[in-house]
Order: sequence, then structure tokens, then C-alpha cells
Amino acid sequence: MTSVIANEAKAGKTPKAPTSDRSRAENRLALKLVAPALALMLVVTAFPMLRALYLSLFDYSLTAPDDRTFIGLTNYWTALSDGLFWRDTVTTVAIMIITVAFELVIGFAFAMVMHKVIFARGVIRTSILIPYGVITVVSGFAWQFAFSYQNGFVNSWLPFIGDDFNWFAERNSSLIAIMASEIWKTTPFMSLLLLAGLAQVSEDMLEAAKVDGATWWQRLYKVILPNMRAAIMVAVLFRALDAYRIFDNIFVMTAGANSTESISFLTYRQVIEQFQLGIGSALSVLLFLSVLVVAFIIVKLFKVNLADARQEG
Amino acid sequence: MTARRTRRVAAGLAAAALSMSVLAACGGGGGKPTLNWYINPDGQDTLNALAKSCSTDDYTIKIQLLPSSATDQRTQLARRLAAKDSSTDLMSLDPVFVPEFANAEWLLPFEGELKDTVLDDDVLKGAGETVTWDDQVVAAPQWANTQVLWYRKSLAEAAGLDMTQPVTWDQVIDAAADNDGTVGVQANKYEAYVVWINALIQGAGGNILDPKTVEAGRDAKVTIDSKAGEDAAAVIEKLARSKAAQPDFSTSNEGTSLGQMFPKSGAGEFMTNWTFVYKNYDGLIGKPGGPADKAGLDDLGWARYPQTVQGEESKPPIGGIDIGVGAYSKHPEFAQQAAVCVTSAKAQTELAVNEGLMPSRQSVYQSDELKEAYPADLLALWSESVDSGGPRPKSAYYSQISSAVQARWHSPTAVGPSTPGKSAAFLKAILSGKALL
Repeated sequence: MTSVIANEAKAGKTPKAPTSDRSRAENRLALKLVAPALALMLVVTAFPMLRALYLSLFDYSLTAPDDRTFIGLTNYWTALSDGLFWRDTVTTVAIMIITVAFELVIGFAFAMVMHKVIFARGVIRTSILIPYGVITVVSGFAWQFAFSYQNGFVNSWLPFIGDDFNWFAERNSSLIAIMASEIWKTTPFMSLLLLAGLAQVSEDMLEAAKVDGATWWQRLYKVILPNMRAAIMVAVLFRALDAYRIFDNIFVMTAGANSTESISFLTYRQVIEQFQLGIGSALSVLLFLSVLVVAFIIVKLFKVNLADARQEG
Repeated sequence: MTARRTRRVAAGLAAAALSMSVLAACGGGGGKPTLNWYINPDGQDTLNALAKSCSTDDYTIKIQLLPSSATDQRTQLARRLAAKDSSTDLMSLDPVFVPEFANAEWLLPFEGELKDTVLDDDVLKGAGETVTWDDQVVAAPQWANTQVLWYRKSLAEAAGLDMTQPVTWDQVIDAAADNDGTVGVQANKYEAYVVWINALIQGAGGNILDPKTVEAGRDAKVTIDSKAGEDAAAVIEKLARSKAAQPDFSTSNEGTSLGQMFPKSGAGEFMTNWTFVYKNYDGLIGKPGGPADKAGLDDLGWARYPQTVQGEESKPPIGGIDIGVGAYSKHPEFAQQAAVCVTSAKAQTELAVNEGLMPSRQSVYQSDELKEAYPADLLALWSESVDSGGPRPKSAYYSQISSAVQARWHSPTAVGPSTPGKSAAFLKAILSGKALL
């Protein structure tokens, strides 16, 4: 309903006649009915955020409660002027871009398979989705063992890698191992979202393109992908935001060694390991803001009006 | 319809069962209280036996196991105590965590008679220092750990080192390098590396932080950038560049250098390590990594921790475990009584004899049981080391201090004369909250 009104307003249409007394009464009742749920949601979601915002203004260590002092925005300045923060941001963005790019291509291929397959449909769909059912920590351990030079199989499978190559000895190879685990685990999620988009592409249009003599590639580029734009955007948005918060795989596979830390991991260390609630809260607020920035960039990049996308869906 | 009724009955039964179990869990107020004792995995068998023998008609002590890494142990306990968990009654604490926990007021201080019982004149000075904070006794020392220099007598003899006299790091490194031997230390990027650095600096008469101001937390004075700091860096630099450095020098830990003492070929090593080493090799006679026979074990020598600077007395590292009582415990009096029991001389004797965890009480070193289990001169060396050892910075910010030192002193192969200066600047920034770790 909101989207319809918004679209009408955007299109410059005059709003409809004033609503009747009855519908206004219904609206009031609706508000009253949702009020408790709304209040609960605010308590559950807004309270921790406001609390983090408040704590971020203090120099505050959990183990030195008496030393707590108000320092304004100094924690933000400390974080933003520290090379460690920017190194971890670059690491996080790199992981996000690379994993989402791989997942988009592989996930799309899987979605096509799931969409087209005729026999053993259930079995194939289920087997493609299995990795997503595996807990991230478990998949992290599995891939850590796989990449181990002592008892893993990756080195023996890759002809250009020596059998005693230690993947976790330095930054780039450690990041490759972390990203491999991440891609393996979440590609099924991507393909599931893309499958939903694929199902929306009208068979009539494809048929028409075929009749007009379009090749398979032309049908893909001119018909399928443009019609899936909203679905692709949703898939990329969800996965990118998820990838930006990457934590578990890093925690399990390297524990942040060799500069493989992400922003979430840095925040975790300040709060949970170092008990620095002030700077840790400032980092989590920065993390929250950067997630908003990522979401904004992706929505702008795909030039999709979310309201339109929802209406189409 | 029937199916739906069956489901309803089943759901009802499940709900009833659930509420019964919840009630049972909440109840227990009338029964004998249970005290939870969070222990680290060292010496579990004896600790279990202690929990049993120290349980009384008034309460039962129940063991809860913490993770094996010291960092995880600290995190788990801190999360419980920060949430005011009333089921954390007793806890085994690494001495470096005591100031942090006490400063956060998570530990119940021992007062009056109890205070005099847990910290009497019998407690070795080094161990006793770890349980005080802000003029209060906040934990009870249970066992003490210290490092000594372990070595092959044949190697020292070949190098012409008189081990009855104090030796320096320089002498040890040269002796090993010139005689096909190695020097085993803990230089991985972890807390034990700071133990080594701290001992080296203290051995040269300095400190990471000024001991007079260290308890001031963020306002502590950083003194790592000193002559003592440079002396410490020089030892690490010398070992890193020496033939005596072991292949895994920069990732070495307490366990990695054990196998170098009795290698298949080679002269063996000098190794600074904790007290468990003796029991370790004693149990490995004739096995891989251990001495070939009893005569081989006799070639294992021990001496006081090496000096950083010739003539300046060394400060061996102090470790061990202190028993803290949770400030939010539902049964504080029982918990403190239990703490006294599990740290008694009898309990310490059992831990030393069965598990190789050395006592924090002087009298226990003189007990017949210990004299039977360990060579007399080794017992004397341990008690002397604990008594004259140097503590790590006693600060509510210890964890940050440790990480900050690691950040600038690792890798040990890159340590040089400028390291103390760089680490002082970073440590100051960390303490004043102006840098991220």
C-alpha cells in the first residue's frame, strides 16, 4: 500500500479523496493493535544501538569501571585516524567484493541448473543447497583442515602448489582460504534468491526472442538478466551486507593472524577480548554506518527502486 | 480429530514436564548448596579429588571445566562475572588476571581471620604478591609456577660452563652455538613471549611499567624504553641471529622445545621453561622425545634463570594459579571456606606430587612426600625462584599491555635497539586509549 501511494505521489498524481471516517477508525485501531509489537521491537533493536552510541562517548574499560570518563567523539577520531582500522576496512571490502562476485556467477549457474533440470529435481536442488545448511563454524573448520598442508587435500589437488605449502603462513593465501570457505558456504543462498528471480522471467518473452532468432547469449543478456535486475540486486545486497560482517570464518581459520582481520573481528577484539567498551562501541557504530553506506551504494548501482521491485514481486 | 487431541495431550504433557524441570532447576533452595568451581584443564584428576574431599555437610563443590587457552578462560569468566553470575563461586585464576578482576570488583576479598589464613608467612613472597590488590587479599594462592634454566649437563660441560655459578644469557647462547646445541625459549606471538621479555627486562633492573605507578592503570608510567629494555632487546637479537636459535624460533612455545633436549642427534639444549619439565622427561624415559634411560635423565640439569646482565640477579617468571571467590556468589562464606580448603598445605602437597604443580607454601617444599618425588636441589631451586621472582605488570589493563608489547616485539627476528623506544610510544598510546590493538 505504501508503495502504491509513493508511486502515485512520484508520478504527480493527485491524491485520492480524503479517507472516510470508517477507514480512519480502522487505521487508528490498526495502530493500537501494532503498538505493543512496535514498542517491543524498539526496545529490542533500538536500545542496544542507543546504548552503543552512548558508550562510544566514554573511555571505558569493563575491568576499570571507576576510570570511566566522558571523552566525546575522541574514540571515533582514534579509530578513524588509526592505520589498523583502515587496513581492516580494506580487507573487509576486498573479501566482500571478491566473494560476492564469485557467488553471483556460480550462484547464477546453479540457479539455471535448478530452474531447467527436469529429472531428479528435488535431489539436485537439495544437494546444491546442502552447504548453506552447514553451520559457518563447522564449514570454517572443514576448510581449515582442507587447506592444511599436513592433512588437507587442497595442496594435492592443485598441481601448481607444492605439497608443503602452508596457506595460513601469510596474508594473501590465508585470505584465499577464508574466501573459499565463505564462497562454498553461501553460494547456495545466492542461487536460491536468483532462482526466485529466474522463475519470474516470462517464458513468452523468451519464446518470442527465440522466434526472432536471438542466440542463447543474446537471450541471457537482453531478456533474462534485465528482467531479473531486482532479484539480482536483492541477492547482491543481502550477500554483500552479510559478507561485510564476516567474522566466523576468520575466527576459526586464522583468529585474525597475518593481518586477516575484518572490521567485525577488530570490534570483537576490542569489546570481548580487551573489554574496551568505549572504543569497541565506537567501532560497532562505525560498522553500522559503513553497512548503511554499502547498502546505499548497491541500491544506487543497480538503479532499482526498491518500492517498484516489491510491487513487481 | 483424534490426531489433534493426541497432539494436544502430548503438548500438554510436554509443557508440564518442562515446567516441572524448570521448577526443579530453580528450586534446590532447601537442599545442600552446590558451589561451582571453574578450573583450567591442568591437574584435573587431583582437583576433582580435592573438590570431593573439601565438600562438607554444608555444601558440595562441583568442578566446571574452562577452555584450555588462558585468553578463553579469562573471557569466559569475565563474561559471567560482568553479568553478575551468582553461580560462579570459586575460580582458578592465572595470576595476571587477578588485578583485572579485582579492579572490576568481581572478586570477594578475604577479610579478618580468613585473610591471615590464605596469606600467612608460609606463603612464598612471589606467589603472595599475585593475590593482593589495593591493600586487600583478593584470592588465595593455590600453586606457584616458575621458570628455571633446564639444560644437558654434557652440553654445559663441553662448553666449559660452571653451572654452580649464575650464568648469563650471553654465555648460554654462546655455549649452545659453539657446541652444536640450541636454546629453547617461548617466542611465539602470545602471552608467554611477554613473560620472557618481562623477565629479561627485570633481570636488567628495569620494568615494562614503573612498579610504583603500575596500579594506576591508564596513568601508569611506561619505562620499557630504558637501558634495561635495550639489554633485553639485545639478548633477543643475539639469540635470533645465533646458530643456537631453534628452527621454529618465532613460533616457539612451552611444548615445541621439549623435544630438543634429547634429540636423535645433536648435543641437546639450554631451555627456559616451567616446572612441569621434570615430570615430563621423567615420564618419557625410553620413549620418543625423552631420555634413552635413567642415566639419560641424570644428564638433565637445572639452574637458576639466566642473568640478563652479568652480576645482576635474575628475576625468574612467576606463574601458577590463585583461587578467587566470585563477588556475586550466593554462598560467599561457604565459598571462602572452600577456597581455604583447596589451597591448604595438604591440597598443595597432593597437587605437587600427583600433577607436578608446585606449591606456593614454603613448608610444603619441606614435606616428605615432595622430597620423595623430586630431587632436593630442584625443590630448593624452585622455592628460591618463586620467592625471588619478578611479577608481570600488576595492572587492570594487563591484557592490553601484553598485546601492545607483543605487537612491537614480534617477530623476535626483527627486534633491535630501536624496539624498546617504539614499543614505549605504542604502549603509551594504548594506555591512553589513543590507538587500536
